Amino acid sequence: MEYKNYINTFCSIKNGTVSIDGSISFEDKTLPAADFIKLVYKHFQISYPKFYKMDQLSRLAFVVSELILKNNPITLKNEDADIAIIIANSASSLETDEEHQRNISDKNNYFASPAVFVYTLPNILIGEIAIRNSIKGENTFFIFDKFDADFMSSYINSLLNSNKIKCCITGWVDFYENKYEAFLYTVEKEKGILSLEHTSDQLKKIYNN
Amino acid sequence: MDALIDQLKGEIIEQLNLEDLKKEDIDNEAPLFGEGLGLDSIDALELIVLLEKNYGIKVANPADGKKIFQSIRTMAEFIEANKK
Repeated sequence: MEYKNYINTFCSIKNGTVSIDGSISFEDKTLPAADFIKLVYKHFQISYPKFYKMDQLSRLAFVVSELILKNNPITLKNEDADIAIIIANSASSLETDEEHQRNISDKNNYFASPAVFVYTLPNILIGEIAIRNSIKGENTFFIFDKFDADFMSSYINSLLNSNKIKCCITGWVDFYENKYEAFLYTVEKEKGILSLEHTSDQLKKIYNN
Repeated sequence: MDALIDQLKGEIIEQLNLEDLKKEDIDNEAPLFGEGLGLDSIDALELIVLLEKNYGIKVANPADGKKIFQSIRTMAEFIEANKK
């Protein structure tokens, strides 16, 4: 039996541009990465006390997750345990790992920051999204050289088709040395806003949009 | 004491990334955890590091933390009493 799953919304933040479902929603190409992410947070009037405590990678993931969930509130339509979060990137948490390394590099002035240390794993960003939205389903973080549409579509379709989950927040969130790229989308078993079939080819098309 | 309180507020805002707060937003007597500034357990660890890094004071007994970190004023009083 052939199963079909659907991409119902997608959002990307890269090169000073926020696009939702393929249309540019906000643009400012003048700012460094960290300032741009803060500006996006303010521009879309997102409010969350923990935002400023997050590292840059988690801030980026958090902002893009807020935008797709505002557009397609799957958390309101599904049980907490039926929603998965599967995200990948290339730089892991290297930006924060290096900050932690700098904090502990001087043996005579050794002060590790707990707030920095807790972000020295990339999957913490999944935790931030899960806590914010009370999501309790499957979650996995992959490290790849680049966004792998073949793997992501196959892996997530497999989870959906085996009825382990009913929907998924997934994509790519990368941040390192002022370079950043976020691309998140929702996949559901049911048709929705966009109803784009979740295939590798379709995914490549919207990722490269 | 007022100068120390003012300095401490600046250090806390910087160390805990409380970017949306200004010194004048922090009440000297308000609880740091829970209802007041809404700090969490990671922030508590950061405050312990801040005391050691900026003032050379080690909090030897974690149980003392509850009293020390009750408010900005109690923190300043603890620093004043233990500063090296």
